[in-house]
Amino acid sequence: MQLGKVVGTVVSTRKNAKLEGAKLLLVQPMTPDGEARGTALLTIDSVGAGIGETVLVVIEGKAAGDALGRKAAAVDAAVIGIVDQIDYRGDL
Amino acid sequence: MQLARVIGEVVAPIKDPNLTGTTLLILQPLSTAGEPTGRTLVALDSVGAGVGENVFFVRGREAAYPFYPAEPPTDAAVIGIVDHWDLS
Repeated sequence: MQLGKVVGTVVSTRKNAKLEGAKLLLVQPMTPDGEARGTALLTIDSVGAGIGETVLVVIEGKAAGDALGRKAAAVDAAVIGIVDQIDYRGDL
Repeated sequence: MQLARVIGEVVAPIKDPNLTGTTLLILQPLSTAGEPTGRTLVALDSVGAGVGENVFFVRGREAAYPFYPAEPPTDAAVIGIVDHWDLS
């Protein structure tokens, strides 16, 4: 899993039927100390996360499909948790 | 998944039989600012997207799921056309 910050939402009317009703979030992956890392991911939201929140993201198809609650869904990333706090020792 | 713009189409008359009838699109992945980022790739279309449209695509084994029960040998598929996206 990866830490990330929700930076946007995506609206798509025409999409694969297995994604009907799914909420799409743009998540910027980040390091534990909050630095942005890499390109933003498009994820399925399964926990009701909103813009600006720090979240936990799975980047794996089976796990993302499970989070969506649909078998054989064409998804590869999902938000599965909202992070309250990160305790991190960068010096270790 | 990732945002991308459809920048082309590939015609390949000779291909794996499980790819027969599919459309091969050339995608340029986009940043949240709408700028090109990273390498272009070829993906199977599952939603009827065309050149110039903004889409999102899935990578990996799950890219074959939209074509069930067919099992095309693909590692990327376009699964939605983006109306718009909003940033914080």
